[in-house]
Amino acid sequence: MHTDIHTDWAAVRNDFPILRESVNGRPLVYFDNAATSQKPQVVIDALVDYYSRYNSNVHRGVHSLSQQATSAFEAVRKQVQGFISARHEAEIIYTRGTTEAINLVAQSWGSLEVMEGDEILITGLEHHANIVPWQMLCERTGAKLVVVPINDAGEVSLQDFAEKLNPRTRMAAFSWISNALGTVNPVFEMVALAQAQGTRTLVDAAQAAPHSIIDVQALGCDFLVFSAHKMLGPTGVGILYGRLEILEQMPPVQGGGDMIKEVRFEKTTYNELPLRLEAGTPNIADVIAFGKALEYLQQLGMENIELREQELLAYATAQLKQLSGIQLVGTAADKRCVLSFLIEGAHPYDVGVLLDQMGIAIRTGHHCAQPIMDRFEIPGTCRASFAFYNSFEEIDRFVTALQKAQKMLS
Amino acid sequence: MSSFENIQQQLVEDFGFLEDWEDKYAYLIDLGKSLQPLDAAYKNENYLIKGCQSKVWLHAELEGDRIRYFADSDAFISKGIVALLVKVLDGQKPEEVLHGNLFVIDQIGLAAHLSPNRANGLGSMLKQMRAYALAYLTKTQNA
Repeated sequence: MHTDIHTDWAAVRNDFPILRESVNGRPLVYFDNAATSQKPQVVIDALVDYYSRYNSNVHRGVHSLSQQATSAFEAVRKQVQGFISARHEAEIIYTRGTTEAINLVAQSWGSLEVMEGDEILITGLEHHANIVPWQMLCERTGAKLVVVPINDAGEVSLQDFAEKLNPRTRMAAFSWISNALGTVNPVFEMVALAQAQGTRTLVDAAQAAPHSIIDVQALGCDFLVFSAHKMLGPTGVGILYGRLEILEQMPPVQGGGDMIKEVRFEKTTYNELPLRLEAGTPNIADVIAFGKALEYLQQLGMENIELREQELLAYATAQLKQLSGIQLVGTAADKRCVLSFLIEGAHPYDVGVLLDQMGIAIRTGHHCAQPIMDRFEIPGTCRASFAFYNSFEEIDRFVTALQKAQKMLS
Repeated sequence: MSSFENIQQQLVEDFGFLEDWEDKYAYLIDLGKSLQPLDAAYKNENYLIKGCQSKVWLHAELEGDRIRYFADSDAFISKGIVALLVKVLDGQKPEEVLHGNLFVIDQIGLAAHLSPNRANGLGSMLKQMRAYALAYLTKTQNA
């Protein structure tokens, strides 16, 4: 069943101390990876190491610690550039997370490029973070938010997407992988279709970056955003990738330290990219630790990770399909890592509470994607989401627990 | 001991007989199932308690000097939790609901699971039940 004979997946689990924890007296089974991933020891150690040995503010200090912190902080930018195959280091902007990255684009790029009567195109699969900032932009400018519907399997059809594009579509913003259903969108084709119409593209890669190889040059998108904490890194760090020629035009949305060249009361001139869009002292420790997470992922190999996670999802899906009274929500042909389901006759909340009693962490509710739940006319789903460090044995325990919950709720 | 405390004491004893979490939850779910049905007229947005992942509807009436509670939920466990509260608070005087010693949650052995900080809505349910009690208390005092 193992993907790569060179990877000892049981040993990989030992790198994640939290996986040795017990919850309600049972060994933890952590299936809420789409919400946030667990962290390997190297990432945890990097935080302690930074604060113990070279904590210092970046970019300004001439003293040794500041220079050490700055090098480590900027080295991660270079790593991220490599991780997503961006052309320039200055195309990597640090943010607090995916949400802040999308808001930055909607506010800054939006203020330049979007006018009354323009359209912003999103899909019915989006996380609230890729809906609300665009709604706010539309409210400010009088632009219109247009939504590509999804089908019963939870897929966006390219034909529907193409039909919604028109010369007034200024931006198409869509997820690579749906956090609620696991659907993989045909992002390469979507970017190409949008470009042909002269529409800018933003790809929400929050769920893709932890599980897939990303090459922004091959993809050709204008913006791509993701969060460190979903890919073994700490919370509070996100990445905005933007094409240099577009970022260069974008006005800062926050003023303060680090983003300026000169401040006079009469006139302030702004710094160069990327610092121009990064006002204030950044999240230095967490960025540096994120570098260790990227290193860890690359050592395992994204392809290897992807194969492993595909096997886990296929195994879990097959197991669930064998049970009666379980409804899978989101049955796209191309899916990753996410298994959304319902126990017929039971509220997702009930299922989540009972599984928790058995040490199993899943997510229940609307997963910050209420429009998807409305589309399927359900209050929410139970969502098990996997990462490479999960095991087939854990899936077996999950399935047994699910049957027990099903019995208790019948 | 007041009936308010007697009812709680009885629940604590009932739950005390149950050893593992499965039995306790099964009992909680059964409490929910035995809850008096809520009139459909009250199952709408106006009676919905905010702050629960599932839907919980609550209605209260004043009967003499006693407050009556009626509730329902679309989830078994939430319904069990609200049923537990209804069992204790229904038919009490508003003062008792507001100021009585509500020890049942801590003593039935589900405290960790029924903590008001968790997303179970218990805190919101209790807050809403007390809001009704306060409203009726003000009303009776002004009458």
